[in-house]
Amino acid sequence: MSMQVAKTLDLKGLSCPLPIVKTAQAIKELASGELLEALATDPGSVADFKAWCSSTGNELVEQTEQDGVYRFVIRKK
Amino acid sequence: MPAKVVVLGGGVGGTLVANLLAKELGRDGKVSVVDPTGMHHYQPGYLYVALGQANGRWLVRDERTLLRREVDLVIEQATKVDPEKGLVHLERGGTLEYDYLVFATGARLVPDQVPGLRQGSYEFYSLEGAQRLREALRRFRGGRLLVGIAGVPYKCPPAPVEFVFMVEEYLRRRGIRDRSEVTLLSPLNRAFTIESASKVIQPIMEQRGIKLVTFFNVEEVDPSAGTVSSLEGEKLEYDLLVLVPPHRGQQVVIDSGLGDASGWLPTDRFTLQVEGQDRIFAIGDATNLPISKSGSTAHFEAPVVASRIASLVRGTAPNENYGGRVMCFLETGNRKATVLRFDYEHPPAPPQPNLIWHSAKWLFNRLYWETVPQGRLPEKLPMPVPTGRSES
Repeated sequence: MSMQVAKTLDLKGLSCPLPIVKTAQAIKELASGELLEALATDPGSVADFKAWCSSTGNELVEQTEQDGVYRFVIRKK
Repeated sequence: MPAKVVVLGGGVGGTLVANLLAKELGRDGKVSVVDPTGMHHYQPGYLYVALGQANGRWLVRDERTLLRREVDLVIEQATKVDPEKGLVHLERGGTLEYDYLVFATGARLVPDQVPGLRQGSYEFYSLEGAQRLREALRRFRGGRLLVGIAGVPYKCPPAPVEFVFMVEEYLRRRGIRDRSEVTLLSPLNRAFTIESASKVIQPIMEQRGIKLVTFFNVEEVDPSAGTVSSLEGEKLEYDLLVLVPPHRGQQVVIDSGLGDASGWLPTDRFTLQVEGQDRIFAIGDATNLPISKSGSTAHFEAPVVASRIASLVRGTAPNENYGGRVMCFLETGNRKATVLRFDYEHPPAPPQPNLIWHSAKWLFNRLYWETVPQGRLPEKLPMPVPTGRSES
């Protein structure tokens, strides 16, 4: 399934809680159903993104890790 | 010719680095501190001012009295640094030459980044703000008191948590606790960014009846409606709102073309050299390092920068590195406090709050003026290696 990402956020090198704050800001700019891609290096972001999505109702559609970079794809509710 | 060292900023980091270098270099160096006000603030004290436990005079001293005699103090705003020429431009048109430069310029508050913040909320991150908040608290007769942060990064990460604990105690002493609701707004799903600290803090909040609203990233304040709303789409009503304003790096950093988009200096996490600049260092709140913006950070960084500059002046290889060490007290009210000690490798393992750490913070507050700026506090404080996995 190919997914069209509306916006990519580079959060590499940022530590908690900055990745969540920047994501919360960025997703405001998107329309409902659009996808946001976030790239982070903070290991704590894995749990934080999961919890943030379930709390806000946005959908975490993909989560991968490669060479210490975590990639999250979030669909705006 | 003595080496010329210019330090921008006369806060804890700038004062300490200047004093250490002047002592170390002796006649081999000429150290100058440039500060726009010439007054040194002990910023951790703002919290006590807001709660009516201290007056402002205790928190401010003339920077001249804290510097070694041989250090020059230039009371002026630095407007721009020219790294090519090794020059600092000053507001009144003068310039200062440097061989080595230290940015210890700190952070500034930018409340206008959040609509309604300036009109609708109080803060304790400036002396004037803390004094205004003290008056607002005196007028407070009970109601909904909301405390949160309106942007990251911000200085002294434990301060909002300390404030909710201390204000809860304050309301009890005033006899209006039963008529008040105290709430902490957190940008995350826990009370504090560091998970091990949250585990200590949250049960105490529960015991004390302090509410926690999670994933609340402040978007705007509506002063006329008395509401604050979050990026997550929540809107809360308040009677008294206390929000830490967003922070940015100083204008001189931006105007010198050395900072990132928010004005923080890209800094090497070990050498504290500004990236791409052999003769420029940065400490304290001014850096972009992903560690606490606090006086404690600057305090531990200053000896590293002083040692590295002294080595460079003498033509030897610098060998001191900063290991990310930070130590913060966290007051939980009722004469108890815990402590967060950590570095790049070790997350903190805070003890249960007790009277000992509360007394230690009290002692530190009193000893500050005579010890920290002069480098008299033993650098190698006891620091048991904390255990636990690395946490964000």
